[in-house]
Amino acid sequence: MKHHIVSVKTYLAIFLVLMVLTALTVYVAYIDFGHGLLNDLIAMTIAVVKAMCVLVIFMHLKYSAKLLWLIAGSSVVWLIVMVGLTLTDYRSREWMESQLHRAIEWQANPPAEQPAHPGLH
Amino acid sequence: MSDSKPSYLAHHFDHLEQQKQSATLGIWLFLITEVMFFGGLFLGYIVYRGLYPEAWHTGSEKLNVILGAINTVVLIFSSLTMALAVHGAQTGSRKKTANFLLATIILGSIFLGIKAIEYHAKFFPTTDYNLIPGANFSYPAAYADQMQLFFSFYFTMTGMHAIHMVIGIGILIWLYVKALQGTYHENYYNPVEVTGLYWHFVDIVWIFLFPLLYLIGRH
Amino acid sequence: MSSATDINAGTTAKNYLNEKITVSSWLLTLDHKRIAVLYLVSLLAFFLIGGLAALVFRIELMTPEADILRSETYNKFFTTHGIVMIFFFLIPSIPAVLGNFLVPVMIGARDFAFPKINLASWYVFMFGGVLALVATIAGGVETGWTFYTPYSTMYANSAVILAVCGAFIAGFSSIMTGLNFIVTIHKMRAPGLTWFRLPLFIWAMYATAIVILLGTPVVAITLVMIFVERAFGFGIFDPSLGGDPVLFQHLFWFYSHPAVYIMILPAMGVVSELISCFSRRRLYGYKVIVFSSLAIAVIGFFVWGHHMFVSSQSTFAGMTFSFLTFFVAVPTALKMLNWIMTLHKGSVSLSSPMLYAFGFLGLFVIGGLTGLFLSTLATDIHLHDTYFVVAHFHYVMVGGGVMGFLGGLHFWWPKITGKTYPEGWAIFAAIVIFIGFNLTFFPQFQLGVHGMPRRYHVYPEEFQVLHIASSTGAMVLGFGYLVMAVYLIGSLITGKPAGKNPWNARGLEWETDSPPPTHNFHETPVVRHPVYAYEYASETSDEPDVTSEKNHV
Repeated sequence: MKHHIVSVKTYLAIFLVLMVLTALTVYVAYIDFGHGLLNDLIAMTIAVVKAMCVLVIFMHLKYSAKLLWLIAGSSVVWLIVMVGLTLTDYRSREWMESQLHRAIEWQANPPAEQPAHPGLH
Repeated sequence: MSDSKPSYLAHHFDHLEQQKQSATLGIWLFLITEVMFFGGLFLGYIVYRGLYPEAWHTGSEKLNVILGAINTVVLIFSSLTMALAVHGAQTGSRKKTANFLLATIILGSIFLGIKAIEYHAKFFPTTDYNLIPGANFSYPAAYADQMQLFFSFYFTMTGMHAIHMVIGIGILIWLYVKALQGTYHENYYNPVEVTGLYWHFVDIVWIFLFPLLYLIGRH
Repeated sequence: MSSATDINAGTTAKNYLNEKITVSSWLLTLDHKRIAVLYLVSLLAFFLIGGLAALVFRIELMTPEADILRSETYNKFFTTHGIVMIFFFLIPSIPAVLGNFLVPVMIGARDFAFPKINLASWYVFMFGGVLALVATIAGGVETGWTFYTPYSTMYANSAVILAVCGAFIAGFSSIMTGLNFIVTIHKMRAPGLTWFRLPLFIWAMYATAIVILLGTPVVAITLVMIFVERAFGFGIFDPSLGGDPVLFQHLFWFYSHPAVYIMILPAMGVVSELISCFSRRRLYGYKVIVFSSLAIAVIGFFVWGHHMFVSSQSTFAGMTFSFLTFFVAVPTALKMLNWIMTLHKGSVSLSSPMLYAFGFLGLFVIGGLTGLFLSTLATDIHLHDTYFVVAHFHYVMVGGGVMGFLGGLHFWWPKITGKTYPEGWAIFAAIVIFIGFNLTFFPQFQLGVHGMPRRYHVYPEEFQVLHIASSTGAMVLGFGYLVMAVYLIGSLITGKPAGKNPWNARGLEWETDSPPPTHNFHETPVVRHPVYAYEYASETSDEPDVTSEKNHV
């Protein structure tokens, strides 16, 4: 019946970590890592770590039943499904279009030698 | 229905533990719906940012990063006070509970105040361009239209977040009044804990919104 | 059950219906059974409105020319039909009525975990429904229930905002119901009621609730996006700014495809109960049905792109979604096989609820298999947006969802009202509905294959015969519903008391009175047998066998 009570000290420590990470994320945003993707990756990693701090300590997930972990995890999985499958569309549009143009071109001017299949490569 | 049941145990539960676990499970389920709710906005953000990177970087630069950072600190601080309010209830300190709830309300209001200053600056621009999406939007760049998309998302995302804050503050005020009456103690503090979980979630949303809106394209 | 509960059997003891009878005791009730009745009455009203709208445009479609509707009015009628039937009838139908009534009773609880949220869900639902109806009166909506952009955001001159708000608000009601289901099923089961002793109806509700919780918020935010675009002029899907209307379709179908499973999974749960009861045996492959429900709930989220094969979605995404869609057919087929295996060697009785279950099996197979035609990328190019699609989803939603709802309503009617209905009339109505339904929608498959596009009120003359057949069927179907309404309402007045267990079925809901007392059970039940234990005699019913038995305990 007794529930784990997180100590005030732990809360303060997590708060300090969150503050440091906030400063860090602002700081690194101004550094040019040469590739924009790297900046995003670092920013998102920091955000995920911060979110985990809040989830695990402030929201007591650490001391909660496995069911709550499952619920929290399932929302992340579903987000990934939603974003992932939508991006399947957006990330393949250019590629599909170029394939289409190749096929049209091939049809208009068939190559003189034995034709290779114009399908996807 | 025996008479030994305390008044804060609803009739259809057998014991306090069942009631508490149901409340916690319920709010976590509600939070996953919130994740999916904001998830739709994040999806739109990801798709359009992938299509129009320059417009989004320029748009991001037009936001006030200092106010955004201050707000992040304020909101995380309010999460701390919220956690301490729950702690107060868990340890049976009624005064501590009430005071930390009040602190959370104040910090939440400061957040909204700063947000209002930011919105105000956008609605009454001192620059010669206007960043409110709609007919009056103007920006001297070839990708001004796509920047409008960025600002549509900026206002929708922060607006939705702000609405969640307002609802949260409303619930906190109600809790504060109840806490002053001494409703919550170590045996019964479900409403405080459940509201706490909601408040922390709203904090998490901002933890992602801040870098995604304010910090892209600063390098 | 202990003998203590048998004391009140068949008497006119205090129950949830007659304990208090003031209007406020109904409107402020926290009793899940009364809330279920509130839902039942309001949903039937919406069903009537949606059905009448359909009847009007079916009459219009009897001739190739425009007779009683102009094109815009026609659009408004089918939009009303779609919005009302989907958001305000089918999605809440089984969960909000039968689920609300049965989930706590079936698991031996006194109420849902959150009774106030449950009541709030009804008010929220009514508010959303009234907004949507106001929208149809104040100018109507002609976008179709799908609210596709940019038509809904930039061009439609109608009450789109109101309708969008109505659908948005109704979503909250779904979420509240789903949340209550999951928490209650997790935390409030009676002693001895382990997970694999749960009736399959409960499992179906559980799977449905998962879909509701993960899907509904996405359509909510999508509707918010439409709202800000239309009301504030924000550009979100506006192509002239570089926005992408196809993104709207992705977001919309991420919910609205799983929404089909919100409509069909509960019906599958009802059918499982019916088939088990009227075959007098435990369901064959109980666990397979459990996991196939969960599998449908999960896989249902991977397939939404099959609604978008001819949008400008990339062909690669089209192929991916087409491939994934076939996987949904697997758990569905497994269920079907298990039901049929249950019937095999069962002692089947053809009572009226069972007729609806058979109707479900036959019609849903047709609906499901034609779904495979549509999920095949190349075939869909031809069939997309034709009457073939209309027929397909009506076979799934009406042939599946409504048949399940009606079967369940008949099965649990004695429990809900405490009265029996006239079985002869019920069988007659079930047959009329079955014939009317097929007459309405089977010709539409043919119309679709021949190229009749959906959402047009004028058409070439060679389609007229099939259209007349379809419209005639709609009237037969309407007549069937009317007969049902008459005898069900009549049974409230003239029906004989039903007794605790008129079907000699198994399950906790049959061990309490009909109608149940306010707190469902006189004392918390303890479950000692596995589910569907037809090999054991029921404690509440001592007839040797069941259905035609008129004299109750």
